[in-house]
Order: sequence, then structure tokens, then C-alpha cells
Amino acid sequence: MNPRYRPLAATTLIFIVAYALCIMQYPSMWSTRVLGNFLTDNAFLGIAAVGATFVIISGGIDLSVGAVVGLAGVLSAVLITKLGLHPLLAFAIVLFVASAFGAGMGAAIHFLRVPPFIVTLAGMFMARGVASILTQDSIPIDHEFYRTISSLYYLLPGGGRLSVIGLLMLLVFLVGGVIAHKTRFGSYVYALGGNPTSAALMGVPVGFTTIAIYALGSFLGGLAGIVYSLYTSSGYPLAAVGMELDAIAAVVIGGTLLTGGYGFIFGTLIGVMLQGLVQTYIVFDGTLSSWWTKIAIGLLLFMFILLQKLVFSAQGRRTRLQKVPA
Amino acid sequence: MATAEDVVLEARGITKIFGNHTALKGVDISFRRGEVHALLGENGAGKSTLIKILTGAYTPDGGTIELEGQPVSFTTPQQAQALGIGTVYQEVNLLPNMTVSDNLFIGRQPSAFGMVNRSATDAMARTVLAQYGLDIDVRAELSTYSVAIQQIVAIARAVELSGKVLILDEPTASLDRHEVEKLFEIIRTLKARGLAIVFITHFLDQVFELSDRVTVLRNGFRVGSEPVSALDRTGLVRMMLGKDLVHHNNGPVDGEPDGGDVLMSVRQLGLTGSVLPLDLEIRKGEVVGVAGLLGSGRTEMARLMFGIDVADNGALHIDGESRVVRSAREAVSLGFGFCPEDRKADGIFGDLSVRENIVIAMQARLGWFRALNRDEQLEIAGNFIEALDIRTASAELPVKLLSGGNQQKVILARWLATDPRFLILDEPTRGIDVGAHAEIVRMISRLREDGLALVVISSELDEIVSYSSRVVVMRDRALVAELRGADITPSRIVQAIAGQGVENVA
Amino acid sequence: MKRLQLTEIVRPQLLALACILLLNWFVFPGFFTITWQDGRLFGSLIDVINRGAPVAILAIGMTAIIATRGVDLSVGAVMAVAGAVAATAAVAGQPLVVTLIAALLVGLLCGLWNGSLVAFLGMQPFVATLVLMVAGRGVAQLITEGSIVTFSDPALIFVGTGSLLGLPMPAVIALALMLAAHLVMRRTAMGLFVEAIGTNRSAASYTGLRTRTVILTLYAFGGLCAALAGVIAAADIRGADANNAGLWLELDAILAVVIGGTSLLGGRFSIPMSVLGAVIIQAMNTGILVSGLPPEFNLIVKASVIILILVMQSDRIGEIVARRFARLKLRGKT
Repeated sequence: MNPRYRPLAATTLIFIVAYALCIMQYPSMWSTRVLGNFLTDNAFLGIAAVGATFVIISGGIDLSVGAVVGLAGVLSAVLITKLGLHPLLAFAIVLFVASAFGAGMGAAIHFLRVPPFIVTLAGMFMARGVASILTQDSIPIDHEFYRTISSLYYLLPGGGRLSVIGLLMLLVFLVGGVIAHKTRFGSYVYALGGNPTSAALMGVPVGFTTIAIYALGSFLGGLAGIVYSLYTSSGYPLAAVGMELDAIAAVVIGGTLLTGGYGFIFGTLIGVMLQGLVQTYIVFDGTLSSWWTKIAIGLLLFMFILLQKLVFSAQGRRTRLQKVPA
Repeated sequence: MATAEDVVLEARGITKIFGNHTALKGVDISFRRGEVHALLGENGAGKSTLIKILTGAYTPDGGTIELEGQPVSFTTPQQAQALGIGTVYQEVNLLPNMTVSDNLFIGRQPSAFGMVNRSATDAMARTVLAQYGLDIDVRAELSTYSVAIQQIVAIARAVELSGKVLILDEPTASLDRHEVEKLFEIIRTLKARGLAIVFITHFLDQVFELSDRVTVLRNGFRVGSEPVSALDRTGLVRMMLGKDLVHHNNGPVDGEPDGGDVLMSVRQLGLTGSVLPLDLEIRKGEVVGVAGLLGSGRTEMARLMFGIDVADNGALHIDGESRVVRSAREAVSLGFGFCPEDRKADGIFGDLSVRENIVIAMQARLGWFRALNRDEQLEIAGNFIEALDIRTASAELPVKLLSGGNQQKVILARWLATDPRFLILDEPTRGIDVGAHAEIVRMISRLREDGLALVVISSELDEIVSYSSRVVVMRDRALVAELRGADITPSRIVQAIAGQGVENVA
Repeated sequence: MKRLQLTEIVRPQLLALACILLLNWFVFPGFFTITWQDGRLFGSLIDVINRGAPVAILAIGMTAIIATRGVDLSVGAVMAVAGAVAATAAVAGQPLVVTLIAALLVGLLCGLWNGSLVAFLGMQPFVATLVLMVAGRGVAQLITEGSIVTFSDPALIFVGTGSLLGLPMPAVIALALMLAAHLVMRRTAMGLFVEAIGTNRSAASYTGLRTRTVILTLYAFGGLCAALAGVIAAADIRGADANNAGLWLELDAILAVVIGGTSLLGGRFSIPMSVLGAVIIQAMNTGILVSGLPPEFNLIVKASVIILILVMQSDRIGEIVARRFARLKLRGKT
């Protein structure tokens, strides 16, 4: 087996073993009901994590995702509740704004040649600031369309419910997988993560690709925000604080190399599910507190960063950039 | 035989200036269809600058380029590629994290409705590689293959995209003998297909084995272009090192070469894949000159002695002890100093002041707490600025603003401030102007007279002859000759480098 | 002593601070009023240095880390951990000395952990410190058992709200730490080592510097500073809030360092200038507060400042700026 698949294989194995252990302790965790809730409860995280996967594969990082989720939720709520727009029109506006926001960050990263983490940090401040200026409080969304969407689900055998947003997350993973692994744009993303200098020499449109990657990341952040507003039927400027870290953790645990170049959209799904499993276990246990989730995720993150370090340094990847006399 | 009509790419009067340094001065060169043209020269001779100009990575400051008789100019590698000039860089510039077929076809994969047709891409990749006798899994990541195969993929890509001129920048640097054979076979096939091939190497054997024509560059000038059949090894080395041997009149250094006490002896020091085990005795008050072409193992030997790389064989015997130097820090504590070859990357702290650049090694040796105060630093720096005649407006000027020669003196001062007993200078005079050049040569002799032991690596034979009490010659990662006394002449050194005549005189 | 030139005293940062203070004065005429009451000073200006102290302390630790081309994203989480430790110790009735030592020790350990990952495992700094950024708040909650631990130990509360010589304690601590750190950097060889490593790490190891030990030390010190800031923040609100203590302050600290003129590309640094950067940030915060704008407006202002600095530091535009302000040595570039 290609050693690069080892982190992904490890994640899958850990997920299966952990789930099996959970079921042994709480047999009721083996039900479509729990599985259905898995998808519904983590839908917004999963959708945002797909965007984060693209960004990280390209060798970047996006710290603004959580803030974009918050902004998108607030913007939806304002457009629907305060301005009385139809939700679908509101969604279109929100997604457009989010994509433009991401494109702006991508452009700054490419043209100013500054580290992505600092640009997206500014983006995070900006998005949270704008959201907080729109409203400081939670705005409830009470619209026919929202009620319809929330009540729609596909009844799984065993009583589980596959909700619209759960289904949407799976769809995003599917489309994300196709884009990453089957399109030219996808190959550019990997090329950028492998070695941007080589990629440019080989004719990859580096500027366009960078801008498109961050636009896609924020688009999915916006979609996640809409999903979050559907999930909570409201928009709140401080929603999803710190979610960017959960998304990054899901990506890394899913076998994507944090320094870029290698990764799988499908792996991120397992990463998200593993986080969901930890949360569900804590709920079932009842005595453990929710803070264990963060510690567990931190530990998993560390394990996988270390595992990648071992796998990749053993292979002695050479991506030294050639120095050009100035 | 190739004729003038066969000229594909011709460059005339190419000049390139970086800041106040002229990298290329009016170089003429032409490449012909169906010919392998070797481009030779030491580091800093201007080879890579010339290549970058011919491939569109740099824009020349003077001169013209003609492709098949038409004047052309390009500002990006893509433009050069589209016009037919393809390049394979020294560090294989592909994407190790992607599949072989991605690497061959990225950006031009056959696709429909935005979807890449993978099986069609892979089939095309197999067809292309079959021309090179390569039958590999094109869906595997490039990094899972050896450098040799990566090299062939890079060549295949360059030929696919360009098809008139193929530039190979040191393609054999990290290949073993068998892989080199395979590569040469491919190059010969491409030559037969009518490509003009530019081949950059520092292995003389390969020049004679593969090339039809040789151009030698030195210090930004073209020394000459000759058919290989008109040259022998000694003649070629002479062209590269630029010695007009007839007029040589520098006698060997005065004094008995074996006079000083032995400072240390190097016993069977080596590192697999870098330097073959070698023996060397270093005495106080002598300069051991190290001659050899680029890639002969001369710098690698220095790195082993200074602990930048850690030897896996042999040891140094010093102060009655036998030891392997495991870090630069250990070397410094033994009283060693090292002026590295790449001044900018490994030597100077560009943004820091001349004063800080001079005291840093001494301060590192003193440690964190025994800090030199500002006045002490200024005094030390001032002393060395005066003693070495470092030309700077002030000791507080950032060192990056100084000329190359003065930067070299600053690094020398840095080590002299630590009161060393052994100094290694790797190409101390490269890329510096004539005046500073002479000063540094004089300084080396003065340090020797002061009782220091020095190892000086240089491709300037005149220079080596003028200050060395002994000269060792490196070839193919091994120490092949040690010359002393009357044997220290440019012609003997050239013979030893070329591998003719003087095997192990000592 | 070197003769100071006018351009070295009047830095753009000072001009920026003066402008912000003047603006504050326009919107709130009582801004510069300082009164003496109950043995301590009161007024908006005093408030600025008091409120700015935690970020200033974080920036003191972060400056040298950034000067070596690193970054520590975990300081906010470490603040939460140290605050939790201090609060728990105070509730358990430990004397102030034990409380402080426990909290600072935990911060030191966090810093050593980050430093080891960066220096010895060779991880990218932001990746290495991300781990603690994610897990740190969980650890803090583990210590406080999920609740906000409140305490009433007057000695500990004094650290956050007391005053010394009329000045609020946090400001006194920040100033003392700044002086101490500055002296350690400039009176020992540490500052030179840090700038050498940040300028050219390869050359630094060629000169025999212990680059790894230096980097480890800097992250350890960064952890220590974060713990101190965490104790002050906890003492200020008389409780440890694992969720919100130090939230986003890592970003403020990085911003303070960058405003202070230390480049994210490493090299030259100045700890007092970073503290000035922290004061500038706080002056903006206070200004927005006194002008009646929503405090969230702050985030937009900070984002704009980051963008402005990035534009100024970027290669192309930076060159133009550098030519114009050639004398301002602190503007780092490669």
C-alpha cells in the first residue's frame, strides 16, 4: 500500500474500532437513529470542512471559516426576517457575498505574497465584525420555507431520519470529491500544494487557482452558515466560534497533509464522523463533560500530525525551492 | 556533420547584470539540430544565468536571441516552451505528490464537460513513455519512482511541450552508473530525432562520451566553443580553470611544507554517497589547497570536517584524541572556522550590521550570558574593519549593502575574532572584484605566516599555487592526488584533475 | 551611547498612537482627564494601559518568537489554562505564591511543549501550536470542571485590580516584564542570537549557535507570558472562564507585534515597540467604546489595520515604502 494512504487507513480503522467499542458499551448507539443524527448534527461542520480540505490540500489555511458561517447565518436571518426576502433569494445573495469575500482573501494571498494564516485571520475579524454590526442578538427565522425544510426527512429503516441538511452534506462531499479528484481545477489544487514554483513552471494558473480555492472555501462556509441557520432556525453573530479549528482538525484527521499536496475529500468525512462519534459517546455516557471533546480532538490532531511527519519524512520528500538571485 | 543551416537557437552578445555584478558579458552561443552541446563552467561562471535567459526565466540586459533565424524574446518559461525550448532543471521541477500522468499532462488533460478523462490521459502517458522504453504504472505518484525515472518523465514532458531544443541542467548529478547509461541512450535517441540538446554537467567523462560540441564559460565570459573531437581532457580542464600555463611563474610557497607541527590528522573520514574515505594531515602554519571540479567532493569534504554533515566513517585525530565532529558548534569549540561557498545562503546575516556579523561567532562561543557590550563589540569590529580593510561607511551598516569582497572579509573577520587555529575557506574569492581578490589572497598568506592551519578550496589555480604549501586534488568524490613542493604547478594540478599522469604522487 | 536621531524617536507608531488619542479626545472631551482618587489614578488614559496589559504581556512573549519566523497560536488557550489553574488553587486556599508558581509552571510547560515540536520535531510553528490551541481550552475546562470558578482570595484579586504607586497592577506588571525582557534581550547576547536566527537560520547554525535551544527557550518564555496574562485576566474578573478567557487574544498579540514593526518574515525586533503596538490596539478599542460605536466595530478596525500593514510589508509596495522611510530600520524585509 502507498504509505500516503496510511493516515487515511488509520483514521478509518480508528473510527471502526472506536464505533465498535462504543456499541459494545452502549448497544443502542448502533441504530439508524443515531447515524441519522450524526449527519444532521454535523452537517454544517462537514460542509465547511470540505472547503477547508481544498484550502489545506493547496498548502494554505483558512481561519475565517467559523466567522463566515456566523456571518452567513446572520445575513440570511436579516434578509429573510428583517427585509422579508424569500429564503432562496436570500441564499443566493449570501452565497455570492461569501464567495466574493473568499476571492478577496485569495487575491490578497496571491498578490501580496503573505502567509494565508494572517490574511484569513484578518478575514475572520472582518466577517465577525460585520456580522456583529448587523445584529448583536440572535435573530429568529420564522418562515414557511424553513419549517418545510426542517420537517422534510427520509425515514430510514429502524426509525432514523435522514434530514435535508444531512443529505446536503453528503451531496457536498460527493461534489467536492468529484471536483478534487476528477477535474482540471482539482489537479491544479494538488499541484499548488505539491510545489507552487514547479506548478507555475508547468503552466498551472497559480493566481486564478488560489483565488478560486479561497472563494470555494468561503462559498462552502456560506453554505454551512445557511445550513446552520436551518438547523437552529436563527442567525447569531457568534455562532460557530472556533469552528475553523474543528474543520481543520477534521481535515487533518481525515488524512490530508497539513502542509499541502496530499489529501482526500472522503477522508474529511471520516474525520467529521469521528468528531461526531466522540460527541455522541459523551452524550451517551452522561457523566463525561463536553470539554473532553476538545481534548480528544486535540490529541487526535497531534497524533495525525506526528504520523504524517513520520510517514513523509521517511520518504524524504524534496520540495526545496530554488533560490533565485535577486 | 552539422552545418550552419542546422542552427536552431542562436544567442548573440548576451549580457545580464544583477545589481553591481555582471553575471554574463556578451556571450555568443549557438545550438544545432541533432547535436549534443555540453555547457561547462564552475559555479558562478554564468551557466545557470545563461540557461535562465534562454528559457525565459530572466530577461537579458543586452544581446539578441534567434530561433530558426527569427528574432525572439520571451518573458516567461511558458512562452519559451511554446516556441520549442524545453528545460529539465537540476532539481527535478515536477510535482512529486501527483501521478506520473498528471505530471506529463497537467493543464492539458483530455476532458469533457469539465471532467478529466483519466483513462485517456493515462493511455496517452503510457504511449509517450513507451517511446523512452519506460513501462511503468502511470497512475502511481511520481515520488514513488527513482530520481532516474523522474528525470525521464521530466524529459518526456519537456520534449512533448517544446520539441526543438532540450536543455538538461545537470541531469546526472544524482544518478548511478547504470541510470546514466539509460539516460544517455535516451538523449542519443532524441538527438537522432533532430533535437538540439544542451547538456550541462561537471563530469568530464560524460562530456567526452555524449557531446559533439563544448562551450566553456568562466566569470561570465565565453572562453570558447570547440568540437569535442578537437579537445582532450587536459585541454578541457585548462579551458575551464582558465590557466595560460605557459606564463605561469609563481613559485611554490617558501619554507618546508612539512615544517610545522601536525595540528590534526584526518583518518579515513568519509560519508556514504558524499565523500569516499580520505586521509589528510594538516599542520600548523600551512595552507592545504584543495583543487577539483564542481561536484568532485571538495565542498563535501569541508562540510564533514566542520560537522555540517556527520561522517559515517573514520575520524579526526586532534589534541591526542580521536573524534567525529557532530555539529558546527563542536567544530567551533575545537577552534575551527568555516567560510562557506554560498555566502548569501549560509554566510552573512544580510539585515544585521557589520558589527553584529563580525562578533556573532565569538558571542556564540561565549554563550548567552557573557555578552559583549556595545563598546566591546564596536572595538572588535573596528579592529577587524581596519585590519582587513573592510570598506564600509560604518560598522552599523547592514552587511547586505556591502560588496561581495567586503562581505567575504566580514565572514573572515567573524572567524578570526574567535581566535581559531584552523580555518576552512570554500571558494573565498568567488564572485568578488579583482582588487578584493588580491587582498584576500594576500590575507591567506598572512594568516599562514601567523601560524594558522588553513584548508582553502578554490577553482582558481593561480591562486591555489600562490598560497598553498600542499595541494590535494579531488575527483569523483575521492582524494586522488597530493602535490607538494615543485609539483605544485597549474599544469600538474590540471593533469591530476583530468586524471592523467600524476596518481598519488605522495 | 549612540546619538539618537529625530527619525529614530518619532516612529510612525507613535504618530499613529497620537492620532488615535486625539481622535478619542474629539469624540470624548474628558479623554485626557486623569484624577487621583483613593490612592490611585483614574481616567481613560489609565484605562487604556490597564486594559491593554494582557495583550501587551502576550506581545512581549510573542515578539521574539515572530522574530525567528515563528508564531504561537496557542497563547489564548494557555491563558485559559493558567487562569483555570490559578482560580482552582485560590479556591483550594493556597497562598498567592503557590498559586502564581503553579499557574506560571503550567504556562512554562505549555511553552516547552510548543517549543519542542517546533525546534526538535521541525514542525511548522503554526501547525505545532495549533494542537494546543485546539486542546488547551478543553484542558482548561477539565481543570475548572466545566464551570466558571470564582474566587475571593484578596491577594490574587489584587494582581488584577490593585494598584501600585497609583498605577493599576496589570500595567505595572506589564511594564516591569517589558523592562526585564528588554534588558535580558539587549544586555545578554539573546537578542543578537534571536535576530541572527531570524535573519538567516542556516548561517546561524554555521556559526555554532545553538539554534534549537534558543527557539525552545523563546517558546517557553512565550508560554510563561501567556500564563501571566491568564492570571491577570482571571484576577480581573475574579474567576476563571475556560471558554472566553483569552479568546482571540493570540490574534491581538500577533497584531501588536506586527504594528510594533517586527516582520512576520523574522529578523529585527523590539519588545518595547510591540508593547506600544498593544497600547495602540487598546487605544482603538477604548476609542470605539467611548465614541458609542458597538464594540464589535473593533473587529473591522483591526482587520483593516492588518490589511493595511500587510500591504505595507508586501514585497512590491514594501520596497517603495522602504525607499521613502529608508531610515526606519525596523521595517523588516528579506
